[in-house]
Amino acid sequence: MNEKMTPAWQEMGLTCQEYDKICEILGREPNYVETGIFAVLWSEHCGYKNSRPVLKKFPTEGKHVLQGPGENAGIVDIGDNQALVFKMESHNHPSAIEPYQGAATGVGGIVRDIFTMGARPIASLNSLRFGDPSDPLVRYLFSGVVAGIAGYGNCLGIPTVGGEIFFHPSFKDNPLVNAMCVGIVDHDQIRRGYAEGTGNLVMVVGARTGRDGIHGCTFASEELSEESEERRPAVQVGDPFMEKLLIEACLEVMKAGYVVGIQDLGAAGLTSSSAEMAGRAGAGMELDISLVPRREEGMTPYEVMLSESQERMLLVLEPQHVEAVKRLFAKWGLEAVVIGKVTGDGIYRIRDGETAVAEIPVKALTESPVNYPEQREPEYYQRLRRWRADDVPEPDNCTDVLWRLLASPNIAGKEWAYSQYDSMVMLNTVVGPGADAALLRIKGTPKGLALTADGNSRYCYLDPYQGGAMAVAEAARNLSCVGAEPLGLTDCLNFGSPEKPEIFWQFTRAVEGMSAACRALSIPVISGNVSFYNETNGEAVYPTPVVGMAGLLPDISKYVTGAFCDPGDEIALLGRFAPTLGAGEYLAFIHGIEAGAVPSLDLEQEKRVQECCRRLVREGLIKSAHDCADGGLAAALAECCIAGKLGADVALPINGRKDNILFGEMQSCIVVSCAPGRLPAVLDNAAAQGVDCRVIGAAGGDRLLMRGAADRGVLIDMPVEEMEKVWRGSIASFF
Amino acid sequence: MKFGVVVFPGSNCDADCYHVIDQVLEHPVTYIWHQEKKLSGVDCVIIPGGFSYGDYLRTGAIARFAPVMDEVIRFAERGGLILGICNGFQILLEAGLLPGAVLRNESLQFRCHDVFLRVENAATPFTNRYRQGEVIRFPIAHGEGNYYADPDSIKQMDENGQIVFRYCLENGESAAQANPNGAVGNIAGVCNKNGNIMGLMPHPERCCEEILGNTDGILLFSSLLQWWGFPDQKRVTA
Repeated sequence: MNEKMTPAWQEMGLTCQEYDKICEILGREPNYVETGIFAVLWSEHCGYKNSRPVLKKFPTEGKHVLQGPGENAGIVDIGDNQALVFKMESHNHPSAIEPYQGAATGVGGIVRDIFTMGARPIASLNSLRFGDPSDPLVRYLFSGVVAGIAGYGNCLGIPTVGGEIFFHPSFKDNPLVNAMCVGIVDHDQIRRGYAEGTGNLVMVVGARTGRDGIHGCTFASEELSEESEERRPAVQVGDPFMEKLLIEACLEVMKAGYVVGIQDLGAAGLTSSSAEMAGRAGAGMELDISLVPRREEGMTPYEVMLSESQERMLLVLEPQHVEAVKRLFAKWGLEAVVIGKVTGDGIYRIRDGETAVAEIPVKALTESPVNYPEQREPEYYQRLRRWRADDVPEPDNCTDVLWRLLASPNIAGKEWAYSQYDSMVMLNTVVGPGADAALLRIKGTPKGLALTADGNSRYCYLDPYQGGAMAVAEAARNLSCVGAEPLGLTDCLNFGSPEKPEIFWQFTRAVEGMSAACRALSIPVISGNVSFYNETNGEAVYPTPVVGMAGLLPDISKYVTGAFCDPGDEIALLGRFAPTLGAGEYLAFIHGIEAGAVPSLDLEQEKRVQECCRRLVREGLIKSAHDCADGGLAAALAECCIAGKLGADVALPINGRKDNILFGEMQSCIVVSCAPGRLPAVLDNAAAQGVDCRVIGAAGGDRLLMRGAADRGVLIDMPVEEMEKVWRGSIASFF
Repeated sequence: MKFGVVVFPGSNCDADCYHVIDQVLEHPVTYIWHQEKKLSGVDCVIIPGGFSYGDYLRTGAIARFAPVMDEVIRFAERGGLILGICNGFQILLEAGLLPGAVLRNESLQFRCHDVFLRVENAATPFTNRYRQGEVIRFPIAHGEGNYYADPDSIKQMDENGQIVFRYCLENGESAAQANPNGAVGNIAGVCNKNGNIMGLMPHPERCCEEILGNTDGILLFSSLLQWWGFPDQKRVTA
C-alpha cells in the first residue's frame, strides 16, 4: 500500500480494533474531527488504556484522603479545615525535543492541575533523569530543562523546593522530566472538574487558542525516533505571565463562589477537558467552537478541538454569574468567553456555528477500551540477579574511592541546578533543596509540611518489584528523617513501550512492589500519571517509577536535617546495617557494573525504623538524621559532614569486604546524631520499638575518619573542606 | 506608619512584603493596584519583586508606564519613602527614580541563594538600624541583577553616599567571587541623592523571621520605623 493511502485513524494512532469499536458505538463511520477526538481520548496518555487495570492495584484510601485518583489532583486532609492538593506529571517527550519549552510547559500544566482544585500552589518539586553529562547533547537537554523549569516556576512566584536528578546512559535521548506541584486549600474551597447542572454555561478563559501542540498527547504515546524532530510543532510554548494571571483570577472567581466546575486544558486541549468534565458529572455538553477566541486565522474545527495551547481553563457556571465572572477576569486582563452549555442527554455535541461537527456519547469518550498487554519476565532479570561480587577487586585506597564517588554526578550536590530555581518566594521555605526532604511552614499554624520526590531507576531495572517498593519506602524515609509523618503520595510511572511484554512486566511488577510498600507503610496513592513509550529507536529507558510524597509535622519548631551539629555529638545507625554491593552506585560508577541483587527491604522493619526516627525527632532527642542511600554509609556520612561543616570519627569493627561496609547500599538505615546526654534515651526508644541502634562514633574535627576493624586501621580520612569542594563542584565542572 | 505594596500583574513578592509588614512589623499595610491613581495616604511605598507584566521585554520596562507610577513619581518628588526590591528596583531604575541600569546576570542564569552584603551607608532611612560597614546575609533571586552605571556616575554616587549595599565575602571583603551577577563595583543596592528612594536586588523580606533561619532583613524595615519616629519596638539584635 502506498504510504499516502494510510487512513486518517491510523495516522492518529488508533488501532484497527479501536476503529471498528468506534464505528459500532456510533452506528456509522466517524468523521475526521470525531476520529481525532477518539484518537486523543483513547490514547494511553489520556485514557490509560494499557495501565488502568494495573493501577487498580494501588491502595487509594486512607483516613486523610479527601480526593483520590481520577480528578485533576489528589487531596489529603491536614487538619484545621485545611487540605493539601498535589500531583506529579511527566513531560518527557516534549523535553526531549525542545528542553526549555518542554520542561516549562510541564511546570505550567501541573500548576494548573493544582489551582483548578481551588488550591493556592505553594511549592514545586521535580524529578529529572538525563544521560551521561559528559555528552554535549545531554548537557544541552539538562541545562535547557533546568532553565525551563526556572523560567516558568520563578515567574509564577511558586518556590521550587526540592527534587532529585539522576544520570544514566539509558536516558541519553529520552530524558525524564517529572514535575510535581503542591497546593493548600480550605476544605470548603475545594473545587472539582464537574460539568453539572443542565443549562449551566461553559466558559473558556485565559490564552487564545492557536495551532500549537496539536496531537501532543498522541506524540506522548509513541516512541522517540529519528523522525521525532518533526514533532517539534507538537511541543507547546509556555507563557508563565499568562499563567500567573490565570492563577490569581481563577482563585478569585472560585473564592467568590461563581464556579460549579473547573478544569485546565491540558493534554488534548478542549477535547479532553470538556469530555472529562461532562463524563465525571454524567452529563452531556454542547459547544460552539466558532466562539473560541483564536490567535490565528483559518483554524479548522479539528485544530481548535485538539490544540494544546497553554494557559487555558474551562469553567462551568450558572448563567446569572457570567457578567460578574467576565468582569473579574477583565480586571486581570484576561478573556473569558461562553462557548457552550451543559446538557442532560449525555451527548458530546460540537458545532461550528450552525454546522454540526461532532456528536458522540460522552461515555464512549471517557470510558476508553482497555488493553491487557502481554507480559514476560525479561531474559536479563535472572542472569543479572545471580551476579556475585567475587570477581570485583577490593580497592586499596578507600579515601580515593570516596573522593571519586562524591564527584559522581549521581551523588554530587545538585546546587548547579537548584540554585537556578527560586526556592524561597512565599516565605514558607524552612528547609529548601538539597536536603532529604524540603520543609515548609504553614503560616498561621504551628504545622510543617515535608515534601520529597524519589525514584531509583537502577534498582527498578534490576528488580522492578523491590525497586518500586523501595521508591515508596525511601520517599517515606526521607520525610521521617525530618520528623514528618507521610500522608499520601503521587506517582509518575516512566517506562518504555507497553506493547513489549518485557516492559509491561517491569511496569506491573513495579506497581505491585509500590502497592505492597504503600500498604505496609499505610500511605495511599492519591494521584498520578503514567508515561509509556520512553524509548529511542527501540531502546527503553530504565524503568522509573517516581514517588512524590507529602508529610506533616505537628510542630515545625521540632525538625532536623542531615547536618551534623556540634562536636562531641554521638553518631548512631538507626536500623539494621546490612550493606550489599549489588546494584549500587559504587559498583556502577567505580567498576562499571550494573548487576546483582538489590538491597533487601523488610517492610515491617522499615515501618518501625521510620516510626522510631519520627519519634526521636519530635521528642527532640536527636539533632540530625540522614538516610543511607546511594554510595552507602561513607557517602551518607560525607553528606552529613558537608552539610554541617563538621567532621566525624567513626569505627566500624565489622568483618567482610571493606568496600561493602563503606559503599554498599542498604534500606531502612538512618544516620542520626545526638548530644551525649541524650544517647541513653535514644537507645531506649529504639530498643522499645524493636529497632537496632548502634553507636559508631562522634562528630567533631574537620575531617571524616572511618576506621575498620582493629587490624585494618583507618579506611577513610578526608578533610571536610575537600569533600565539600569535590561534592559541590562536580556538576558545575561539566559546564 | 502606613505602608503600601504596589501590585503589578506578575508581581510575586507582594504577598511576602505584605506579610512582613503586617505579621512581623505589625504595622498597617495595604495593597496598591497598578491601575490606581492614588496612593491612599501611605507613608512608605514598597515596590515588590516578581515579573511585572511578564518582563518579556526588559525588566521593569513596561511597569514604569503603569498608571500608578505617575503617583509614585509625584510621591517621590515630595520626599516620600520608596523601597524597590528586586523587580521593584528594576522598575525604579526604568522609571529614572534611581541612577543606573541592570543587565542580565553574567552567568546568564537565574540565581537564588544567600549572599553577604556590606552596609556602605548606614545613615539612610532604610539602613539606620545597621552599623556602617556591617556584614549582613540576604537572599537573592534574580536573572537580571547585574547593576551598571558609567564610571563618572559611580564616582558621584560614591561621593554622595548613594551606594548603600555591596556584595562581599563573609569577612566583609568585596571580592569578585562574592559578586553573584557581575554588578559593577559589587553594587547590590543604591539610593537617590535625596536618600528617600532605595532599590536593591537582594530580598530583605525573605529574612525577617527566626523560623526561616535568618533575621538580618528586619532591621531594614525597622530602620524605616525609626526614621518615621517610632521607638525601638521589636528590636532584633544583630
